[in-house]
Amino acid sequence: MAQTTHDQYPLVGPREMEEMELYHPKTWLGKYVFCQDAKVIAIQYSATAIAIGVVALVLSVVMRLQLGFPNTFSFIDPASYLQAVTMHGMIMVIYLLTALFLGGFGNYLIPLMVGARDMVFPYVNMLSYWVYLVAVLLLVASFFVPGGATGAGWTLYPPQAVSPGTPGIDGGIILMLLSLCVFIIGFTMGGLNYVVTVLQARTRGMTLMRMPLTIWGIFMATVLALLAFPALFVSCIMMLLDKLLGTSFFMPAAVALGEQTGHNGGSPILWQHLFWFFGHPEVYIVALPAFGIVSDLVATHARKNIFGYRMMVWAILAIGGLSFVVWAHHMYVSGMNPYFGFFFATTTLIIAVPTALKVYNWVLTLWRGNIQLSVPMLFTIGFIFTFINGGLTGLFLGNVTVDVPLSDTYFVIGHFHMVMAVSPVLVIFGAIYHWFPKMTGRWYQTGLAKAHFWITFIGTYAIYYPMHYLGFEGMPRRYYAYGDTAFLSDTAQDVNVAITLAAIVVALGQLLFFYNIIRSTFRGEPADGNPWKATTLEWQTPHTPPRHGNFGDELPIVYRWAYDYGVPGAKEDFIPQNVPPDETPVHHDPERHPEVTPADDPADPEGGRS
Amino acid sequence: MTIAVVVFALFMASMIGWLVRQSVGVRPWVAAGPSGAAPAPEDQHRQSLRLALVVLIAVIASLFGLFLSAYLMRMTYADWRPMPEPGLLWGTTGVLVLCSVALQGACLAARAGRDGALKGMLAAGGVLSVLFVGGQYAVWQQLHAQGYYLDANPASAFFFVLTGLHALHVLGGLVAWGRTALRAWAGRDPAGVRLGTELCAVYWHFLLAVWVVLFALLSTT
Repeated sequence: MAQTTHDQYPLVGPREMEEMELYHPKTWLGKYVFCQDAKVIAIQYSATAIAIGVVALVLSVVMRLQLGFPNTFSFIDPASYLQAVTMHGMIMVIYLLTALFLGGFGNYLIPLMVGARDMVFPYVNMLSYWVYLVAVLLLVASFFVPGGATGAGWTLYPPQAVSPGTPGIDGGIILMLLSLCVFIIGFTMGGLNYVVTVLQARTRGMTLMRMPLTIWGIFMATVLALLAFPALFVSCIMMLLDKLLGTSFFMPAAVALGEQTGHNGGSPILWQHLFWFFGHPEVYIVALPAFGIVSDLVATHARKNIFGYRMMVWAILAIGGLSFVVWAHHMYVSGMNPYFGFFFATTTLIIAVPTALKVYNWVLTLWRGNIQLSVPMLFTIGFIFTFINGGLTGLFLGNVTVDVPLSDTYFVIGHFHMVMAVSPVLVIFGAIYHWFPKMTGRWYQTGLAKAHFWITFIGTYAIYYPMHYLGFEGMPRRYYAYGDTAFLSDTAQDVNVAITLAAIVVALGQLLFFYNIIRSTFRGEPADGNPWKATTLEWQTPHTPPRHGNFGDELPIVYRWAYDYGVPGAKEDFIPQNVPPDETPVHHDPERHPEVTPADDPADPEGGRS
Repeated sequence: MTIAVVVFALFMASMIGWLVRQSVGVRPWVAAGPSGAAPAPEDQHRQSLRLALVVLIAVIASLFGLFLSAYLMRMTYADWRPMPEPGLLWGTTGVLVLCSVALQGACLAARAGRDGALKGMLAAGGVLSVLFVGGQYAVWQQLHAQGYYLDANPASAFFFVLTGLHALHVLGGLVAWGRTALRAWAGRDPAGVRLGTELCAVYWHFLLAVWVVLFALLSTT
């Protein structure tokens, strides 16, 4: 397979980019393995992220088995329970969600949606994936070193992360910290590409304010990640030095197992500040791409322009800016100055304003829309519900006085799983079902996909809703077993059993997704190039799936925004972004709609919307 | 964390300000053809590389900003003991200034098309950078001789980490410098050499600025 099959077609018109020819892969290895095409890199990123995500899913089932049926499974001891807690959190937040949204969707969608041939630095982009893979392998290796993976909790708080008594204080924590450093280096390579591509490689006519909101969300999330990940990098380096070379950045003087440790005077609070200075923007690194994708899915499947496009863009910018000044709301119980707490409670409530604006705008987009209950739309509506639920409990926890009693309970588990685990995951599924026909040129089985939606949606509510009640009762999180805790009611254990059963059903339900996607990739019904009748550029490519170079001979020219759905007077209910105003297929029937101005009559370019 | 917050506030304010300026008064729903001619691909490539350097500088600045924040927070604890700074640091600072000057000279020579001056200045920049890193290493040796090791006390730990990280960034810059130098001596692609020299100069100015801030902080505390 020396030559790619591409070569029989006139590939990419190198008219605007002479060196494009150089990038064309000539060997099998160059096309599928060390590939510089953003779409292949996207699939590599996604496959790796989902694979490691499955590991994290299994770990969560291990936790639930222990909580639902304590003293039943001999392979779960306190140490392996804590390791499961830690690795589940770390993998899901960083190695799955961040990598999938930015490395996966970012790579696939940015060049296609802004009308570029590829990322601006394809070689660096390829390196980014391989560095990410090294990070994942280091993480996986930490399960197999003596002592096992770290069990410090995903926040890795010192001193317990490296103190005797915590699982994995030797190889486990070292590999974890190294893996995070490598991940950050790899992400920075990718992030450079995403930012520069969005700002520099947009096709003609694609002004910033014509970009689909997906791109806005991914762009802002990348900016946040580029600026916030250094905080994690700094803290990982300092913790590594504390662990390996005996410095005392974070490690206070302590007596462990009857012996004085070599450390002296370090500050665990310093770690918390640095960690959460990364950790809170991380929430929005995951949420902003989800917000963007949902905006596009809502508009496309409700056949209606997005309500308040500019407001949506400004809300993304405001959330991005504010996300750097709310970090200490994760630290209310660290004994902070009350004025400090008051400040962070205030900023936390302020960031709810742009977030709520986005929710209103999604709902207003649905209002009187021509709602198609397609699979992506089901996931989108599921997201809106789940995000509102999780967001409202966030308002509780944002207030210091409410947070202090609830902080270490299952209420927090319920809250953040609703708002930053289930919500983004619903968007990921919705997005995969939305773009799958473009990525593979084939259809998945809609019935199976709907079954997958209902199992996931109802199942996750069955898991996380009861946790709020357990939290109100005061059930502490991160505990291996509860025994006869006096303040817990007798039924608390029954609730835990029910949650565990629901978790097992949801976990098994994901098999439907994998079966459906893998089978349909090879055997699915052929899909045409624009099955959702969407306006954005990725649906207008000459080939499905798009070939290397994305747009055939000529880059598209953009004449309009991404939301021309249901334009009054237009012949079809959508007008793609690359259709010029004077070629718009206008079907104007003056007898039926005498009041309607033809949408893109050059004399009235605003189509009656001024 | 005040420093970090200030650094981030500046970044975010300038970026968001720029983005909002792009979007105020724009009516995205109006359909119209693109205005102006398409930019030449070479221009676009040059712009992309410049922007990439700006983004990279922002990332590195936030890295050092966060380290400095940690430094200032850690300083307030009881076990903080100030440490002496060897006089050699003034020497290495001077070398880094000369580096910056040489690369700026190379940049001007490239713009004026003076090939000999360009090569000379470029070579000087590289040699001086290596000299700077060597000088920093000598400083480390002096401190070791006085008994200041990484784990001796928090101030010396920060000293070694900050100077080491800065030296690593200089070495990383030398990779880009090496590519530009190879291209300059091969005599091909003068536009690429000009761009590479310009980017190297900007990066070295930035590293000099970071070093001045670090040096000021390290020597006053």
